[in-house]
Amino acid sequence: MYVIVAGAGKVGWNLARELISKDVEVTLIESNHERFRVVEEELEHAAAHGDASELWVLERAGIQRADLVVAVTGDDEDNILICQVAREKYGVQRIVARVNNPRNLPTFKLLGIQPAVSATDLILRLIEHEVPEYGLVHLLALEEEHLEIIEFEVDPTAEATGKRISDLDLPDGSLVISIIRGNAGFVPKVDTVIEQGDTVMLILDPGLESEVTMQFAPSGAAA
Amino acid sequence: MSVMDRDPLSHERLDRDQISTWEDAGGRFTVGTALEIDGLIEAGIEQADVFMAATSGDNTNLVIAQIAQRRFEVPRVVVRVADPARASWYSQQGLQTICPTQVAIDQAEQVVLSVAS
Repeated sequence: MYVIVAGAGKVGWNLARELISKDVEVTLIESNHERFRVVEEELEHAAAHGDASELWVLERAGIQRADLVVAVTGDDEDNILICQVAREKYGVQRIVARVNNPRNLPTFKLLGIQPAVSATDLILRLIEHEVPEYGLVHLLALEEEHLEIIEFEVDPTAEATGKRISDLDLPDGSLVISIIRGNAGFVPKVDTVIEQGDTVMLILDPGLESEVTMQFAPSGAAA
Repeated sequence: MSVMDRDPLSHERLDRDQISTWEDAGGRFTVGTALEIDGLIEAGIEQADVFMAATSGDNTNLVIAQIAQRRFEVPRVVVRVADPARASWYSQQGLQTICPTQVAIDQAEQVVLSVAS
């Protein structure tokens, strides 16, 4: 596999280092000359100097044969452009873009730059995981597939507590895929009984969260 | 005519050597960076017949021009791109680009050729 990483900041440099240690062929492109010199001392020929949004710089790095382009510069417009050109001009199959400002995420989506990774969003998810509202945590949104995976901590007074999976009043388009009880997780059967303190994971069509929440939140709580 | 710039002082440049102020002449001015959707809306992009992206950043211009085209469906979008390679490829993709570098190259070429002949 051949990977081009644009931007040798902390993210880009460490990513390149990790990939190289896994025997992946990498070129790390950095436009700032001083930064490039520092990175080149360690990465040697895997480091390249230039503005990765210039076509000849990408071509010199061999973008025509790249399997993956990762744009992690500190500039969202540059990341969008690098990924757009990589995919649409050079036919690179897979791209990954870093979102520096989460407000720009809709622009990445508008222009089809996916997946777009935002550190702010990731940290926010972790915070939600630690401080969940009604115990609901968004684990994963599979946007292309129009599915979500969410997690609840089952409240003692919830509708679902003490019920078998088959007796749950879940809307069509939702499914319990695993239960974590104590420190162990398992895939439930239809006759598995949900206990208080369980953590349940569901896969569902987006938009069903509030209906599903009613089953697991404290009874009487606004869903 | 509505102008958007991230530097509030740019407004002075619009008034310089003019008989009336920019606003009196019917112009609008919004402070903001063009990637901010709210700023673009405040500047009136939803009513625009023509949108021109002419900041000093090629990539910024190319991204906001595509926002104007795809999200706000502005009928006519013009982009300034200094780098001839990017200007050429994006114009093949259907964006109307203006490349000052290419214009200068073409003019200089004319001058050189006229001297040579």
